[in-house]
This record gives sequence, structure tokens and C-alpha cells, in this order.
Amino acid sequence: MLEFKDVSFKYDSDDYYMLENLSFHINKGEFVSVIGASGCGKSTIFRLICKLLECENGQILVDNQSIDQRKGYCGYMPQKDLLFPWRTVGENLKLPMQIQKTFTKEQMTEKVKSTLEKVGLSGLENKKPSELSGGMRQRAAFARTLLTGSDLLLLDEPFSALDFLTRISMQEWLLEQWEREHKTVLFITHDVEEALFLSGRVLVIEDLPIKKLVSFDVPCGYPRNRESLTKPEMLSLREQLIKMLRREANLI
Amino acid sequence: MRKNNNLPALIFTFALLIIWQFGAMKVNAAYILPTPLQIIKRLWELREPLFTAHLPATMTCTGIGLLISIVLGVALAIIMDMFPLAEKTLYPVMIASQTIPTTALAPLFVMWFGYTIWSKVLVTVLITFFPITVTLFDGLRSAKTDMIDLMHTFGANDYEIFFKLKLPAALPYFFSAMKMAIPMSIIGAAIGEWLGATAGLGYFSRRMMTQLDGAGVFAPIVLLSAIAMIIVSIISYLEKKLITWRGDL
Ligand SMILES: Nc1ncnc2c1ncn2[C@@H]1O[C@H](COP(=O)(O)OP(=O)(O)O)[C@@H](O)[C@H]1O
Ligand SMILES: [Mg+2]
Repeated sequence: MLEFKDVSFKYDSDDYYMLENLSFHINKGEFVSVIGASGCGKSTIFRLICKLLECENGQILVDNQSIDQRKGYCGYMPQKDLLFPWRTVGENLKLPMQIQKTFTKEQMTEKVKSTLEKVGLSGLENKKPSELSGGMRQRAAFARTLLTGSDLLLLDEPFSALDFLTRISMQEWLLEQWEREHKTVLFITHDVEEALFLSGRVLVIEDLPIKKLVSFDVPCGYPRNRESLTKPEMLSLREQLIKMLRREANLI
Repeated sequence: MRKNNNLPALIFTFALLIIWQFGAMKVNAAYILPTPLQIIKRLWELREPLFTAHLPATMTCTGIGLLISIVLGVALAIIMDMFPLAEKTLYPVMIASQTIPTTALAPLFVMWFGYTIWSKVLVTVLITFFPITVTLFDGLRSAKTDMIDLMHTFGANDYEIFFKLKLPAALPYFFSAMKMAIPMSIIGAAIGEWLGATAGLGYFSRRMMTQLDGAGVFAPIVLLSAIAMIIVSIISYLEKKLITWRGDL
């Protein structure tokens, strides 16, 4: 589904590389989390995938095709919901479709309605974003990401600004969405527990510049609940990951 | 709820008017310091020439000047937003030029254009054009980089980013610019008329001065202020109806 082949990247203003010959691979339908300390370059990886930044070397493939010259192969959900305050929730959700111009107005309205239903916001299309709670806004932003129609979803710390209780219910909600939509999800977080709860695989950024991502299979099937996190093999993986992140944080 | 907030200001204004009224009565020199009541009375007596000849003349200058400023301001703001070189060249000049007392140049325009409306229009344009441009430019820039990036990930081109993101983001700034520019443009037109014109409230005020008619000097000024306040409150009303997201961006 997604493949990095020897990708190198450096910001123009920096004299060191952020990524150096990085290769990794994500399979179709996987839920994979990328964890790493703040500032280690997680968002940079996402920005490369959606071509907001350009690789210096190497290639990024989505569905075995290079992303050069392509559009609409990934849906990006940033940390802040970035709902446009002058648009209603419904109009915000239409935005990606309005830009792609593949649907008629009626089809768009229909899709917005059914997507809002799926994410648990039915009937809110005429509300302004400011009338929604933090969790509802993230759901709306996720719905907008789904409506890009892409099979690869890039979620960049989408829940990190939410309070604890909202965050854990949003995590459960996201798993339901993923199980239903059969999308491939790449999820950035700096929260080890969040990564373990959500993903089938965790990729850890261990070293700077990023030369490889260390992959760990999460020893737990789906569907999951919060008790799964207390299984001994989960607890020991958690400790191992925290140790790695601590060591990495000292490098930044 | 909101209305009560204005109450202290209203009481204060009323108190000032009463002090003025009694102060002026004590001074007793209506030809230089008329009382508020005398001004209102004079306004009523002069309603015919004020409303049929001079107010329309001033409003024409203001309207034409403002329109030119908006068109030029919008165009220049967009150009500066599109071309970094234009921004680097023009923006600092714009900011610096706001410290120039443009109104002091008004006599020059009267020399150039004489008593035609164009000397007044030019004063108006010069006073309002720069603040409109700078405010609109800031508005276009208020669209966050994150949001522009998001639009790019949707596959948007510059045209779509402009119309779907930058323009709506700049709309509250447009209203701010209007609320600031309207009183300025009226002042600009009146100053121009004061210096050289054959009609208009500024011209009329000056004529009354030469006749030592204190209340007659004040009457057109009161009228101008009232008009400016009315237009600004209409704009504020439209703004409240249209912009429900100010500060959310
Ligand atoms: N536009 C930029 N120019 C230069 N350096 C940047 C830029 N954006 C981010 N960085 C730097 O790159 C590093 C990685 O940033 P980022 O990928 O956002 O980290 P993360 O998402 O893991 O917190 C940070 O140290 C940041 O300071
Ligand atoms: Mg980040």
C-alpha cells in the first residue's frame, strides 16, 4: 500500500538530514502507528507522503506507483481539525469533493449525510464548527478526511489536544471506523498506550536522523477493549517502547 | 444584554452635551460657541440647502473616492499576496506612508484640480487607500499555513485556495477596513471642500464661518458625523449578520 524506498530529506534551513535512506512498508488494510518523541520528524514523514515537502532522494510509492504527478491517493488529517469557521459542518465536509469535482451537488449532499451518520454526527450538517465540542470537531475532521475518498489515511496526532476521557472514547470510536471502512491507517502519536490500543503494528523512531523504523507487532487481535492493554505481553511491550522513546528523547 | 453595555457611554455623552449647553449659555457668544440646541435649530432652518445640495455633493465625493480606494486596495492587496516581490517592495512603503499627514497635502490637489470634485476625490482616495490595502492584505494573510497545506492535500490549485480560503478569511478584515475608511473618507471629502469647492458640507461650513454664524458652522459637521455613524452602524449590522466566526480562525 505505502512504501518508502531510500528516502532522504532535509529542511533547507537545516544543515543536518531529517531522514536518511529511510525504507519501510505498510500493507493494505493495516493500522500502523508511528511513535517518536516530539520534534523527531513524525509530521515530516507525513508531509513527505502528501507532497507538502519533496524528498531529496528516493521514492515514495502508494499502491506500487510513485506519488509524483498523482493526486487524491491519501487523506491527511492534521492535529488541529482546521474546520473552516465560515463553513457549516456539512460544507466543510464537502470541501475535498468540491475540489476533486467528481460528484454532483446532490451526490455530495448525500455523501455528507451518510458520512455524518457513520461518524456519529447525524443531523449536524447545518451547525457551525464553533457549536461543536472538541471531540465532535475531530470526528467532523475525520469525516472530511474519509470524504477525500482515499484508501490511505494519515492521522497526525488527531486526539492529542482532547481531554483524557474524550480521547479514550475517540480511540474506541476510531477503531470502529477503521474496522468498518477497511482503510489503511497510518497514525502518528507520542502516546505509547494510544499506539498499543489502536494499532496492529507500531513503528518506532529510534535514532536521528531517521534511518529506519523499528517495527513491533502488537500482540493482540481485534476487536479490542481497554482490558486488552493490561495483558502481560502488552505491558512488557509498553515498557520496552517507553524505554526506547526515552533514549531517543535524550538525542533531540 | 448587549444594549446595557452602551448605557454608561450614552449617559456620559448626554452629560457632556448638558455641560456644553450650560457652558455655552454662560459664555454667551453664539457666533463662536453655539449651544447644542442652537445647532440643532440651525440644522433645521438650513435643512433645504444642506440636504438637497450640499449633502449629496459631499456624499458623491465620498462615494467615488471610497469606490476607487476599494477597487485599488483590493487589487493591490491581491497582487501583494500573490507576488512576494510586490509585497517586499510595497508593503513597507505602505506602512511608512501612513505616518504622512495626507490631509496636509490637500491644498496641493486643489491647486492641481481646482474646484472640481476630483481634488476632493483625490484627498479621499489618498486618505483611505493605504489603510484599506494594508488591512485587506493582512486579511488575506490571516489564512493559516496549515489550512493552505490542507487545501493542497485535497489537490486544490491557487485559484481554489484563493476563493475558498483566503477570500473568506479576509472578509472580516474587509468589514474592519470599511468601518475605518468610511469616517476617514467623509473627513477627506469635507477637508477638500473646505479648501476649495462650490458645494458640499465642508464648503458650506466654511461659508458660514465667513458670516460668523457659529451654529451654521457646526450644523454641517453634526450632519456629517451623524451620516458617518449611521453608515458605520449599517456596516456593523451587516458584519454581525454575515460574520459569525470572527476570532475563530
Ligand atoms: N519548515 C521547517 N523548516 C525547518 N525545520 C523544520 C520545519 N518544520 C519542522 N522543522 C523541524 O523539524 C523537526 C521535526 O519536526 P516534525 O516533523 O514536526 O516533528 P514531530 O511531528 O515528530 O513532532 C523539528 O525539530 C522542527 O523544528
Ligand atoms: Mg507533529
